[in-house]
Amino acid sequence: MNIFDIIGPVMIGPSSSHTAGACRIGLVARKLLSSNPVRANITFAGSFAKTYHGHGTDKAVIAGILGMLPDDLRLPDSLRLAKEAGLEYSIETADLAKCHPNTAIIRLFGSDGTEVEIEGASIGGGNILISKLNGMLSAFTGENNTVIVAHTDAPGVIADVASAFAMFEINIGSFRLARPHKGQQAIMTLEIDSEATPQILELLKRQANVTQVVYLKAH
Amino acid sequence: MTYESIQEMIDLAEAQKIRLSKLILNDQAASMETDKDLLLKRMDEQLAVMEESAAKGKEAGLKSTSGLTGGDAYKMLQFHKNTGSLSGDFCAAAISTALAVAEYNASMGRIVAAPTAGSCGILPAAVLSMMEYRHTSRQDACMALVLAGGVGMVIANVASIAGATGGCQAECGSAAAMAAAALVELNGGTPEMAGHAMAISIKNQLGLVCDPVAGLVEVPCIKRNAGSIMCAIMAADLALAGIKSVIPIDEVLSAMNEVGSTLPCALRETAQGGLATTPTGLKLSEKLLG
Repeated sequence: MNIFDIIGPVMIGPSSSHTAGACRIGLVARKLLSSNPVRANITFAGSFAKTYHGHGTDKAVIAGILGMLPDDLRLPDSLRLAKEAGLEYSIETADLAKCHPNTAIIRLFGSDGTEVEIEGASIGGGNILISKLNGMLSAFTGENNTVIVAHTDAPGVIADVASAFAMFEINIGSFRLARPHKGQQAIMTLEIDSEATPQILELLKRQANVTQVVYLKAH
Repeated sequence: MTYESIQEMIDLAEAQKIRLSKLILNDQAASMETDKDLLLKRMDEQLAVMEESAAKGKEAGLKSTSGLTGGDAYKMLQFHKNTGSLSGDFCAAAISTALAVAEYNASMGRIVAAPTAGSCGILPAAVLSMMEYRHTSRQDACMALVLAGGVGMVIANVASIAGATGGCQAECGSAAAMAAAALVELNGGTPEMAGHAMAISIKNQLGLVCDPVAGLVEVPCIKRNAGSIMCAIMAADLALAGIKSVIPIDEVLSAMNEVGSTLPCALRETAQGGLATTPTGLKLSEKLLG
C-alpha cells in the first residue's frame, strides 16, 4: 500500500467496488480475447445483480470490454459507444451459490471466432479477483503485474516458461497451474515482481506448446 | 515507518523537527523508490481531479444516475450567497464542496476516492476551502494530501477504510480524520495537534453505521460527507486551540476497529438495516430496484 491507494484511485463514480472494480473485470476479459469483441454475454450475481443499474455496473463492465480504464470519462456513455463499436451485449442476473457478493461472469466473442469466459469478483476498493478462466480455476487480482500463459499440457512447458522469466531476471511472486485434463488446454497464472517487457512476452509466445500469452499490468 | 501507529509518526516528525507531511513524503519516496518531486507532481494531478469534480458538482441541474439525488451543493451555495448561512464563508464553502463532489460521484462523474468513493467529498472540501479562503498554496495543498494519505494508511492498517468491514465510521469517519489532520498542519499546528484532531474527529463518528438506501452510494452517504467535513473542521479547531483528546489516537483507532468488527452485518453496507430499511428507504428501494 502507498499514499495513492488512499488518495486514489481516480475513478468514475459512484462505487469503487460496483463501478471501478466492475470496469476492471470487463477490461481483463477484453485483454484475454485475442481479437475485437463483437458480442458479450454478461451475468451479474449477488449485489451486482440487485444494484447494477443504480451503480452503473453494466456501463462499467461494457466500458472495460471496450478497453476503457476506470477513470475514463467516456465510461458513463459506454452503452452507446458499444453500439457504435459494433459490440452486441446481453445482461442477465443469476443466483449463484457460494460466489462472492459482487460477481460477474463475462463471456466474450471475438471477431475472429475465438471466445473467452471469466468469472470475477469485485472485492473492494476497486480491487478484483478473477477466479475462473474458460472454466478453469485461476486466481489473480490485477494488483500485481500478471502474465497468463495458455498452453497445451505437455512435459517441460512450465520449465520453459520459468526459464524465460529467469533469463530476463524477472522474479515470479506467485504461480498457479490449472489443468482440468491431461494433455489438453491448460493455464498458468504468474504474478511477477517487475514489469514484463515486450521481449519476454515475445519469447514466451515462441515456446513450444504455448498457445497464448496475455499480460495484465497492475493498476 | 510501520504505518501502524500515528504516535510513531508524531514522534519521528518531532525528533526530526519536520512536519508530518514532510516525514511521510520522505518515507513514501524511499519505499516507492521514486523522486519526491514526482510524487508531488502525481499528487497535483489528484488535486486537479478534485478541483474539477468540485466545480462540476456545483453546477445547477445535476442529477444522480438513479435520479434519487443531486443539486444540493448548488442549493447550499445559492443559499449562502443570497441569504447568508449560519456556518459562515469557510464552513459553507466546505459543506458545499463536500456535497458537490459526493453528488458528482453519484452522477457517474470522475472523482478521487479519498479514501473511498463514498467518502470522496470530505478531503477536497478541506483542502479546496483552504485554497479558496485561507490562501493555501497549491504546493501546501499537495503536501496536505500526502499527509492525509499517510495517516489514512495507518487507519487502513489498524482499523478499516471499508464500509463493508467497519461501517461508515471506516469511510466518512476515516476521511474526516484525514481531513482534520490536514487542516491542522495547513493552519500551522504541530504533529501532536494533528494527532489530537484525528482522535477527536473519530471519537465523534465512532460507531457510525453504513446503511445505504437501495445499496446505492447516495442516501445517506452524500449528506454524511457534509456532516463529516464539519466534524473535521471542529476537531481541527479544538486541536489548534490546544485542546487534547483524553484517549490517545492509537487507542481511538483500536476502539474504532473493535467497534467496526462488532457492528452487525445488517449495518455494514448490506442495505439490510438502519435507514435502508425504514419505510421510506424500503419504498425507494422497491421503486429503484423493482
